[in-house]
Amino acid sequence: MGRMTFVIRRLLLLIPTALGVTIIAFFMIHLIPGDPAATILGIHATPRAVAILHHQWGLDRPLASQYWLFMDRLVHGNLGQSLYYRVPVSGLVTSRLPATIWLIAYAAVIAVVISVPLAMIAASRKDAVRDHVVRVIPLLGLGMPAFWLAIILQSELAVRLHLFPVTGYGQGPIGHLHSMFLPALTVAVALCPVVIRSLRASMLNVLGADFITTAKAKGVPGSRLFIRHVLRNAVIPAVTVLGINIGFLIGGTLIVEQVFSVPGIGSLMINSIFQRDFPVVQAVALVFGVMVVLVNLLTDMAYASLDPRVRFDR
Amino acid sequence: MSALSIAGAAETAERARPRRAHWYRQPALIAGLVLLAIILFMVLAAPLLTSYNPDTQNLSATLQGLSSRHLLGTDQEGRDTFTRLLYGGRTDLQVAFLAVLFPFILGTVLGSVAGYFGGWVDILIMRLVDIVVAFPFFVLIIALVFVLGPGQRSIYVAITLVGWVSYARIIRGEILVAKRQEYVLAARSGGLSSLRIMGRHLLPNVITQAIVYAMSDIVQDILAIVTLSYLGLGIQPPTPDWGTMISDGQNFLTTHWQLTTIPGIAVVITGLALSLVGDGLADLLRPGQS
Amino acid sequence: MSESTAASSGQAWVAAGQPLLQVSDLRVQIASRRGIVRAVDGVSLEVPAGEAVGLVGESGSGKSMTLRAILGVLPPEASVVGGQVVLDGVDLTELTNSQLNKIRGPRIAMIFQEPMSALNPVMRVGNQIAEGPQVHLGMNRTQAAERAIELMRRVGIPDAERRYRSFPHEFSGGMRQRVMIAIALSCEPSMILCDEPTTALDVTIQDQILRLLARLCKESGTSLVFVTHDLPVVAQICHRLAVMYAGQIVERGTVEEILTKPCHPYTLGLVRSAPDVDHVRSALVPIPGSPPSLIDPPTGCRFHPRCKFAEEDCTVTDPPLRFIDAGRATACLHFERCLDELRTEGADL
Repeated sequence: MGRMTFVIRRLLLLIPTALGVTIIAFFMIHLIPGDPAATILGIHATPRAVAILHHQWGLDRPLASQYWLFMDRLVHGNLGQSLYYRVPVSGLVTSRLPATIWLIAYAAVIAVVISVPLAMIAASRKDAVRDHVVRVIPLLGLGMPAFWLAIILQSELAVRLHLFPVTGYGQGPIGHLHSMFLPALTVAVALCPVVIRSLRASMLNVLGADFITTAKAKGVPGSRLFIRHVLRNAVIPAVTVLGINIGFLIGGTLIVEQVFSVPGIGSLMINSIFQRDFPVVQAVALVFGVMVVLVNLLTDMAYASLDPRVRFDR
Repeated sequence: MSALSIAGAAETAERARPRRAHWYRQPALIAGLVLLAIILFMVLAAPLLTSYNPDTQNLSATLQGLSSRHLLGTDQEGRDTFTRLLYGGRTDLQVAFLAVLFPFILGTVLGSVAGYFGGWVDILIMRLVDIVVAFPFFVLIIALVFVLGPGQRSIYVAITLVGWVSYARIIRGEILVAKRQEYVLAARSGGLSSLRIMGRHLLPNVITQAIVYAMSDIVQDILAIVTLSYLGLGIQPPTPDWGTMISDGQNFLTTHWQLTTIPGIAVVITGLALSLVGDGLADLLRPGQS
Repeated sequence: MSESTAASSGQAWVAAGQPLLQVSDLRVQIASRRGIVRAVDGVSLEVPAGEAVGLVGESGSGKSMTLRAILGVLPPEASVVGGQVVLDGVDLTELTNSQLNKIRGPRIAMIFQEPMSALNPVMRVGNQIAEGPQVHLGMNRTQAAERAIELMRRVGIPDAERRYRSFPHEFSGGMRQRVMIAIALSCEPSMILCDEPTTALDVTIQDQILRLLARLCKESGTSLVFVTHDLPVVAQICHRLAVMYAGQIVERGTVEEILTKPCHPYTLGLVRSAPDVDHVRSALVPIPGSPPSLIDPPTGCRFHPRCKFAEEDCTVTDPPLRFIDAGRATACLHFERCLDELRTEGADL
């Protein structure tokens, strides 16, 4: 089957998951102890305000019809009204989404740039000193709280040494690259351990494969051997692993955006939590869920395009 | 034909079983266990190691540097940092351990049900897994904690509701494998022996896989707990915890960097120890992997 | 390197011109967890130009390692610890990897056993064939592609232009092996090393591939070193033969001489288990006993624990390969017993 069919088939499989995501996002409100509206409003819970919310959210209706209301609005792009800003949530989300996407993409690039050479160094001489060193570094990264690293990087490189802007998104592409470097680096550090580990493992796997011996026996020189034969094969399982862990990458953006005051949907979510702005929290959670589903699709597609055997096995 | 297969061919006449690596020969595992033991000792023996109380404020001795009276100095409310570090570790590790246990139980139950009964029950549960997995871990956790209200209990509930999926997958996978074997065995021998074989092969495999996974899970949970606490949504003061310590010390980063840095290092080292143990176990329990 | 072997080989191989490749006392060791494996322990070989030399032995005898040592593509745990491999006056064991890269392809090429795993799964077949000429012959992409298509035709791959863009998994085993042969021929080497190229193939396909190889080599005058455990296969394609056991060569001669008058008990066992050489190709019936440990080989002749003719002196010294006739060598101290045995069975010697 062709690539198109593959994509369509995957998309169809994703629909139930996407629907499930909406159900969970919808259902969150009902986990709130007590009366959701009253709890959310807290000290502002006048009977009138509570009644308005009840009506707005359809809390007085049966569950199924509430969900229907929710989905109906969703399909029309209506994510509700922010309690705090009193503007449509969809507007808030769309205006802040670009910053988050920038952060994610930038972090992925940095993670790859760091991980590939390190994995290569480790795999080139297995069990040597350099291999052990490279293997330990990720272990430090796995246990490192992102916000802590963010604070330290910010304090040292931005505040003290003035190498980067302390906060913000910057103007224009160059501004973005500059302002977002530290945030992206922080997120990347969380991702590197997983990527290095899987790349190293798949490189070792490939290095021991027969076709590498064939290529060597052909007299293919080192650099060409590495890129065209080793790397080209080693990235395939690594892409899958990256895809699986993309959830962590995306989740890591929340706290990093907060520390660096990046105007993305992650900091939007956190601020909304502090502001008890439930509709925004719900909407952003939903957006993140959909994002992960889409990224998984992209990963599958990337995998299929990298591995020619896949198209035909299905 | 690989080099080792030649050696192996020459040797298999003499040896029937492949040799398994011994646990004491794995440096990573040893290092991890030692480190973990040190950490556990320090947090558990906190009352022996320090005479201070983690909550006792001493406003006349605020923001002091390292000294013989206060090993790691004091914070902005005069509390001894070293003490808070130890007791904070106690809190965080205790919560993290429980936070792994509940998902493990829930995941095992649901995974077993899915694997054993199969059919639409299996499909339903696996669908649920897919959906939960679709959310970034931390996003779901923080949303749930928000919804349920900040505090330790919410942490447990949130992590349980989100974290069960991996265990469910592992357990279900093993049960499916065992079922296949059982089918083959039943076809051959016609019966009871298959149960015993399932028990002998299934249980050890499942437990080892789950434990190895649990190691990385604890690390993840520690990070989530510490992050939530940093934001003020997790462990509530005055209970000491590394996340709140980092957040408290943030204002004094330029002058008293140790208040923020040291708790962070504690988290990193704990994560390192647990990861080493997890990796070491994984290598050990999967022979033939090097 | 023993003097007598070198000197006598110069006289004994009354071959077609100078040997193209001369392996002398090659030793390869593998570091394994249980000790050092002496995989190749003093192997000497000459390959004349234009001839096909067979290297026969069971699994673990060291024949693959010998080939890999010649080309310097040993696995990381293995290394050459002694001996020489001389090609046109140059000792290959003393070259660096990048120097060897210039030889691999244009001078010597290699074909492997498992065509599925021996080809890069994510690279198009045509590009894999074209890679050699691009790297070594300085061809650009178009020229190399043309050459690859031409080679594919030569090895009998139908619809070459279209199949250029195929991936290895889209080919059958026999076709993949043809691709490997095309790769080997791509830079017109004077020698091809074949590491059991037909073992993983169907019997009918085996035959086709062997004929192809034989034809191509005759056409272009390429030498072959053909490694296999299958005696009938080697008989079909080789002129001369060397038999390996436990890392050493135990017998040498022409194919006919060895098959009709084996002068080593191991060879005798091999020949007997493939009785009808010309017709039925049967699987090798193993000789009783098992191959010896290469970490700690038996003292004396390595075959003696499994040998029915073994005597006292066989357990004491490790007998060297010595010449008993022009081009004929054996490592057995009592090789006449083999001939006696055959005579009692009514063979006409």
